[in-house]
Amino acid sequence: MAWKWQVFCKETTTGETVTGCFGRGGDETYLNWIVSAWGWTLTVSLLALVVALVAGLAIGTIRTLPDRPWVVRFGNAWVELFRNIPLLVQIFLWYFVIPGIFPVMRDVPSIVLVVMALGMFTSARIAEQVRAGIQALPRGQRYAGLALGLSTWQTYRYVLLPMALRIIIPPMTSESMNIMKNSSVAFAVSITELTFFAMQSGEETAAPVEMYLAVTVLYALSAFVINRIMAFIESRTRVPGFVAAGGMAGGH
Amino acid sequence: MLGNLDLTFFSWDLLAPFVFKGFVFSLWLTVVATVGGIALGTVLALMRLSGVQALVLPAAAYVNTMRSIPLVMVLLWFFLLIPFAIGRQIGAEMSAVITFIAFEAAYFSEIVRAGIQSIPRGQVNAGYAMGMTYGQNMRLIVLPQAFRNMLPVFLTQTIILFQDTSLVYAIGAYDMLKGFETAGKNLGRPIEAYLLAAVLYFLMCLGLSRLVRRVQLKVQIIR
Repeated sequence: MAWKWQVFCKETTTGETVTGCFGRGGDETYLNWIVSAWGWTLTVSLLALVVALVAGLAIGTIRTLPDRPWVVRFGNAWVELFRNIPLLVQIFLWYFVIPGIFPVMRDVPSIVLVVMALGMFTSARIAEQVRAGIQALPRGQRYAGLALGLSTWQTYRYVLLPMALRIIIPPMTSESMNIMKNSSVAFAVSITELTFFAMQSGEETAAPVEMYLAVTVLYALSAFVINRIMAFIESRTRVPGFVAAGGMAGGH
Repeated sequence: MLGNLDLTFFSWDLLAPFVFKGFVFSLWLTVVATVGGIALGTVLALMRLSGVQALVLPAAAYVNTMRSIPLVMVLLWFFLLIPFAIGRQIGAEMSAVITFIAFEAAYFSEIVRAGIQSIPRGQVNAGYAMGMTYGQNMRLIVLPQAFRNMLPVFLTQTIILFQDTSLVYAIGAYDMLKGFETAGKNLGRPIEAYLLAAVLYFLMCLGLSRLVRRVQLKVQIIR
């Protein structure tokens, strides 16, 4: 089979081959398009990761609070809600159902809705890791903090969280890679990220193999880069003698 | 707030013609992909643990490749390439089944590998000392314990797999979500249809995860 890589130099509306492969003026080649699609994939993933980390850290932490049964129940309900609905369905919920019920949401750009959907979905899984990380610490650490006269907040801030967050870095690495892979589901609401690009350009150019290959390589490359960044963070923050609680766990 | 939702639409007679077929397909896909994925995944895990480079490298490459690509892309790839490979069209549903088995095998193989490695090495050595072959060791000593350890994780993965079946949307296969979507479009209540789909997925997955917790308490090996 002959490769047709020059398809990337074609203009997306006229189909003419552009010299230099990058369109100038108002022109956009498939090469321009795939670069911007990659940008969208990374943007959606990073924003969703921020949402997921903030929400997941908060929810995961409150699930370990002593003597606050209703707060813990709220945290558990959050995790069950966002963990037990498929991501694609959650995206449809944010995209169609919520604006349908709350008309105020109609003007929110779709990228925000997708980021919220992906962020909330992942927050449930991060919350689960954070909870496991905190509960993996010896109980003596909490007692020691309280015995020193620290408040519950201070115990979490200065004793429990600094340890727990370090030991959950390996599962966080896979969650960050998951969020990047899961961002592909945004194709369903026409966010022009890599998967959407693959489907659309594969059809337009009749060269789907080249398009899919390029997209697949970009996904694998992004996952690899995230993996290296997290490995770097892990090596810089490691506490000697402590390894992740982890063990066997399913997931994507 | 909920005033503009028309919930009278939630009736079995109205929904059944659209949803039932998709519901059955989602369940069937989940079961077939779980069974096929565990079978193929066990083979991959045994290959990776065999210590024979000619088996280890291809298995590792397969598993790592599958795990670094989004499922949606894998679905698109298989949907594109299977007709090339076998020379005829097989339809989105069949393509989805093959893709899910191939994709989930990579994830199941990692679970099986961790499960096998959780069995202390001394037990295998004891088996060899008794004069057992590799096959006997695996069949009589390692795998029964390993599968028992793995059962809760298998079930958790199956819940994730069931959720992932909704992604066959990408290649247009008719699953439960598609059923609700079609019902919503045809009956003019798309919002309610998506909402009902979410509730149904939620209840099924919640029920399954409760079941997993119970199984976990039952089967765990007390050490």
